[in-house]
Amino acid sequence: MSTKNRIGVVIGAILILLWCLLPVAWIVSLSFKSQEAITNGSPGFLPSSGGGAGWQNYADVLADEQFRRAIFNSIGISLIATGLSVIIATLAAYAIARLEFAGKRFVLTLALVIAMFPVVSLVGPLFDMWRTFGIYDTWPGLIIPYMSFTLPLAIWTLSAFFREIPWEMEQAAQVDGATSWQAFRKVIVPLAAPGVFTAAILTFFFAWNDFVFGISLTSTENARPIPAALSFFVGSDPFNRPASLLAAGAVVSTIPIIVIVLLFQRKIVAGLTSGAVKG
Amino acid sequence: MTATTVAPDVKRGKRADVSDRSRAENSLGIRLVAPAIFLMLLVTAFPMLRALYLSLFNYSLTAPDERKFIGLSNYVTALTDSLFWRDTANTVLIMVVTVAIELVIGFIFAMVMHRVIFARGVIRTSILIPYGIITVVSGFAWQFAFSNSNGFVNGWLPFIGDDFNWFGQYSSGIIAIMVSEIWKTTPFMSLLLLAGLAQVSEDMLEAAKVDGATWWQRLWKVILPNMRSAIMVAVLFRALDAYRIFDNIFVMTAGAQGTESVSFLTYRQVIEQFQLGIGSALSVLLFLSVLLIAFLIVKIFRVDLAAARQEG
Repeated sequence: MSTKNRIGVVIGAILILLWCLLPVAWIVSLSFKSQEAITNGSPGFLPSSGGGAGWQNYADVLADEQFRRAIFNSIGISLIATGLSVIIATLAAYAIARLEFAGKRFVLTLALVIAMFPVVSLVGPLFDMWRTFGIYDTWPGLIIPYMSFTLPLAIWTLSAFFREIPWEMEQAAQVDGATSWQAFRKVIVPLAAPGVFTAAILTFFFAWNDFVFGISLTSTENARPIPAALSFFVGSDPFNRPASLLAAGAVVSTIPIIVIVLLFQRKIVAGLTSGAVKG
Repeated sequence: MTATTVAPDVKRGKRADVSDRSRAENSLGIRLVAPAIFLMLLVTAFPMLRALYLSLFNYSLTAPDERKFIGLSNYVTALTDSLFWRDTANTVLIMVVTVAIELVIGFIFAMVMHRVIFARGVIRTSILIPYGIITVVSGFAWQFAFSNSNGFVNGWLPFIGDDFNWFGQYSSGIIAIMVSEIWKTTPFMSLLLLAGLAQVSEDMLEAAKVDGATWWQRLWKVILPNMRSAIMVAVLFRALDAYRIFDNIFVMTAGAQGTESVSFLTYRQVIEQFQLGIGSALSVLLFLSVLLIAFLIVKIFRVDLAAARQEG
C-alpha cells in the first residue's frame, strides 16, 4: 500500500469514528446540561460553565415512575420476544438448511416479504383485532408482533449459519441409530449455538428499537416500551421539551445496546452480513 | 458446495428406504416451519386482509355503529386528495436522497474498514452503535442538535445564523430528518457492502494493477461489477426500509411544515383520528406502493436474491 493510500485510510477511519461517536457524545453532553440552562437556551456542544447539572437529570429520570416502568416493560417484552422468536426461527432455519420439503421456497419468500412489510399499514387492523382479543395494551400484544417481525431476520441469519455446520456429524449420529430429531437436538444444537446467539442479539435490537407498535398498541404504562415513553415524555411544559432530561433518558435506553455491542461486536457483524449476502 | 445439495445424494445411495425417508423428511420439515409461518401470517396476512375489508367501509371508531359499506369510495378519496400525493412525494424524495447518500458514504466506509489494519475492533464497535441505537433517540439527538436554542449545529456551520430555525420551513426540516435517517442507517449499508467487498478477489485486483489500471479504473471495472449483487441487496433493503420512514418524522417534526410521510399520514388517520375505514385504505395503498417499489427495483436492477443468498 502506498503512503498516499495509507493516509487516506487513516483519515477515513477517523471520519468513521467521528460519524459514529459525535452524535452519541452530543446526547451525553446534553444530558449533563441543567434544566434551567435548557429553558433559558444554551447553545453549544458542551454545557456552559454554571450550566452543568451533574447527575441530576439521571436522578430525575430514574425517579420517574413512568420511565422506570417503561424500562421494565422494554426489558421484559424484548427478552421474551427474543427467546420465543429464536426458538421458532431455529426450528424453521434447520428445516430450510437441512431438509427437503414442500413449501421451502414459500417460507423464504414469505420471510422476505415480511421483512419489507410497511409496519404502519398493520397498525389499524391490529389495533382493532387486539382490542377484540383483549390483548391491547398488554405485553403479549407487543410480543406477538415483535416475534413475527424478527422471524425473517432470525431465519435468514440462522439458515446461513446452519449451512456452514459440518453436517457429516449429524449423519454419523443417524448411522449410529439416532432419529432425525435426536440428531438435531444432541448434535446440531450445540454446534449451532453461536449462530443462535447472533440471531438473538439482532432480534433483541429490533424489539428494543421498535416504535410503531409501541405507540399504537399501548395506551398506558402497562406495556408502553422505552421509545414510546420517551416520545410522550414532555415534562411540565409541553411547549418546551425538557431536552436534558430526555437526553438522560435516551442515554439510559442506549446503555444496554452499547454493552451488547461491546461484548459481541464480532458476532453481530458476522450475523448482519451472513444474513443478507454470502460473507 | 453446500451441504444441502450433498445430503440427498448420500441418502439416495440407500435405495430401499428412499420413499420412507423422504416422506418423513418432508413431514418433519413442514412441522418445523409451521410455527414460524403461522406467526408471520397472523400478524401480517390476516390483518392485511382485514384492512382490505375495512377499507370498503365508512368506519370510525368514535361511531362504530354507523359503519356502512361504501365500496371503493375511500380509495377515491385518498387518491384524489393532494395530501396523499404530497406525502408520497415526500416519502419518495426521502427514500431516493437517503439511499443515494448512504450508498456513497457506506461504500467509502466499507472501503476503509476493508483496508484498515489498526483499530479494527474499535471501528467495527463504533459503527454498530448508530445501527443499534433506538431511532427515536437518534431523532431526539438530531432534533436537539439542530435546535436554535439548545443545539450546536448553527454555531458550527458557517453561513448559518445562530437563530436559524431548522424546523421553521419545509426544506430545512426535511434535511434535518434525512440527516438523522442517514446517520442511523449508513452503518448497516456499509456492513452489507463490506461483505460484498470481501468477495472481490485480491488476485484480480493485483492483475488489473499489473496491467496498468489506475485506482479509478480498478474501482469501476473490477470492484463494483464484482460486488453488484451485494450492492443491489443493500439498495433493495434500505430503499424499502426508507419508504416506511416514521419514527424520525414523529419525533422531529410530527409532520409540521408538510414534512409528513405516507406512514405518518396512515398512522394519524388510524390512531389519532380513529378513521379505520380511510386509514385501512391508506394501509392498503402503502402496502401496494412498497410492493411496486420492490418490483421496480428487482426488475430494473435485476436483483437476484436467490443467487445473493446462495439459495440457487
